[in-house]
Amino acid sequence: MKLFEYEARNIFNQYGIPVPKFSVVSSPEEAYKAAEEIGGRVVVKAQVLVAGRGKAGGVKLAENPEEAYRYAKQMLGSEIKGEKVRKVVISKAVDIARELYLSIIIDRSIGAPVILASPEGGVDIEELARTKPERILKIVVDPILGVRDYHARRAASFLELSEPALKKAQEIVVNLYRVFENYNCELAEINPLALTPDNSLEAVDAKIILDDNALFKYPEFSSEFVRDLSYYEAEAKKMNFSYVELDGNIGILCNGAGLTMATMDSVYVLGGKPANFLDIGGGARADLVEKAVTLLLQHPKTEVIFINILGGITRCDEVANGIVAALKKTTTSKKIVVRLKGTNEEEGRRILEENNVFVLEEMDEAARKAVELGGGR
Amino acid sequence: MTVLVNSNTRVVVQGITGREGSFHTRAMLSYGTKILAGVTPGKGGSTVEGVPVYDSVIEAVRKHPELNTSIIFVPSRFASDAVYEAIDAGLDLVVVITEGIPVHETMKFVRYAKLNGVTIIGPNCPGVISPGESKVGIMPGHVFSRGRVGIVSRSGTLTYEIAYAMTKAGIGQSTSIGIGGDPVPGTSFIDALEMFREDDGTDAVVLIGEIGGDMEERAARYIVEQEYKKPVVAYIAGRTAPPGKRMGHAGAIISMGVGDAASKIKSLKEAGVEVAELPSQVAEILKKLLKK
Repeated sequence: MKLFEYEARNIFNQYGIPVPKFSVVSSPEEAYKAAEEIGGRVVVKAQVLVAGRGKAGGVKLAENPEEAYRYAKQMLGSEIKGEKVRKVVISKAVDIARELYLSIIIDRSIGAPVILASPEGGVDIEELARTKPERILKIVVDPILGVRDYHARRAASFLELSEPALKKAQEIVVNLYRVFENYNCELAEINPLALTPDNSLEAVDAKIILDDNALFKYPEFSSEFVRDLSYYEAEAKKMNFSYVELDGNIGILCNGAGLTMATMDSVYVLGGKPANFLDIGGGARADLVEKAVTLLLQHPKTEVIFINILGGITRCDEVANGIVAALKKTTTSKKIVVRLKGTNEEEGRRILEENNVFVLEEMDEAARKAVELGGGR
Repeated sequence: MTVLVNSNTRVVVQGITGREGSFHTRAMLSYGTKILAGVTPGKGGSTVEGVPVYDSVIEAVRKHPELNTSIIFVPSRFASDAVYEAIDAGLDLVVVITEGIPVHETMKFVRYAKLNGVTIIGPNCPGVISPGESKVGIMPGHVFSRGRVGIVSRSGTLTYEIAYAMTKAGIGQSTSIGIGGDPVPGTSFIDALEMFREDDGTDAVVLIGEIGGDMEERAARYIVEQEYKKPVVAYIAGRTAPPGKRMGHAGAIISMGVGDAASKIKSLKEAGVEVAELPSQVAEILKKLLKK
């Protein structure tokens, strides 16, 4: 889960990483007051999670409190790339002599944290990795050992700094690693890390992505913020389904993430267009299956629903009962294609056929049928 | 021969008294897996399906020195501790079924296992099966059949789908390894390819990958660099997955421009690996290759 910039800034503050003085507000009046208190020029920054807010008009430099008021008014309640702006940060504007880059990420290939440092910050790191890979230093850290002073010295010295900024950069590396470790981050990034004309350093942006599997350790984030979810995404989340919306017309419901993806792909390869990814997981009971089927029946974009179950711990009779229950409660003209295989397959098939639901045995023929009913793409 | 598990495998089930642990203990026993002990702290002295339960792995190993493998069903918050316990008790293989372990914890125990020469399978995986010999996992045993093709996969049900089609086509498996759907697995595709290369009971390998990370690309590079002799057939799930969205598995996400299906398929094809478009085609391709 990605944190909002102000959440990440608050964490940086607690861990001794220098952040420009700021205030987070949700009305133009508060923005005016905050700009007045901070004094001088301020930056008004929309608090959204989508990338590229700067280019989309979500970051503005205000010369005075009146301008801060005006920008905040423009941004609050508006949408940036489809995401509603609920809060803005009013931050002291920093004079920048040079922009640097510093982050700690999990490198999946190595299975270890990696410190990334570059004397050329301010741009997208992926862009920099493409154009000037030699300008990025990569230091692999043993996950058991954690960050050591020599790592920090190496990273800091790559940033082309002189004292006192050099010493400060070393401290920032160590502190950023502490953030990374203590908050179970997938990513902790400062881009840019600003070098000011008086040779000090300030983190003028802050990005933290937490590991979803560790969110239970940080209830302060998971409870406070309802991230932007559609009705269907929110409903699926409540029931603990993995659910992702796509833009086709064939709803997909399976057990297991790999099979669900393969089912989407098969529909596509055979000429159709999947409407979603819905994985009910292993061992789902009838009531849960009913909810999942109902969700897809309700979705305006789905015209056909393709249910592909390979029962191991999931029982086909439970699945069948869930499908029948959902169909009984919803009046629908949508077509349903079911493929059942595995544990209690015969019983499942009997239940469905008694209720006039068509069942197929093989995945390919079922996918073909779904594509045929969906009318191709 | 097989890899990782065989008729000499002797298993301790960690988390045996839980719902999942007891259910799958029964299923593994009925498949013929030799389970000598179970562990649940505080439940020592009881039995599950006739298997004696101990308070600690070390105690189980003391009573049953033949133990060499652990399978872990412990809930995610306590799972890392269970892994360290298994490593420190001197087992050779630890299969971590548990889903939802924070990746920072996984990085640490995977590293610890390496330093101690212990093989980890998982986390968030279906386990390992050598058909007819031993099943250390949660997969339905009947879809697999004894044979000479190795499977390595990041997925569960998709593996069953492909194994079922292989079995129906008369192509059995030496060992099927589910390495799991997490971003940092204890055993990688390359590790598995290496095991199958050394195994004289394996003639070909099926590699079932998915979006996220670059493990498939690295496997492709390995196949080229090592001049891998055994034919490899692949299937990659997630051609239609959008970037930035987690597709069920913690590791199945295209992020920062890395991990899309097209790149994986391209790398594998360039390495001479046949990549199936549909899961059912894996068995067809194998049939053709094995005839040669």
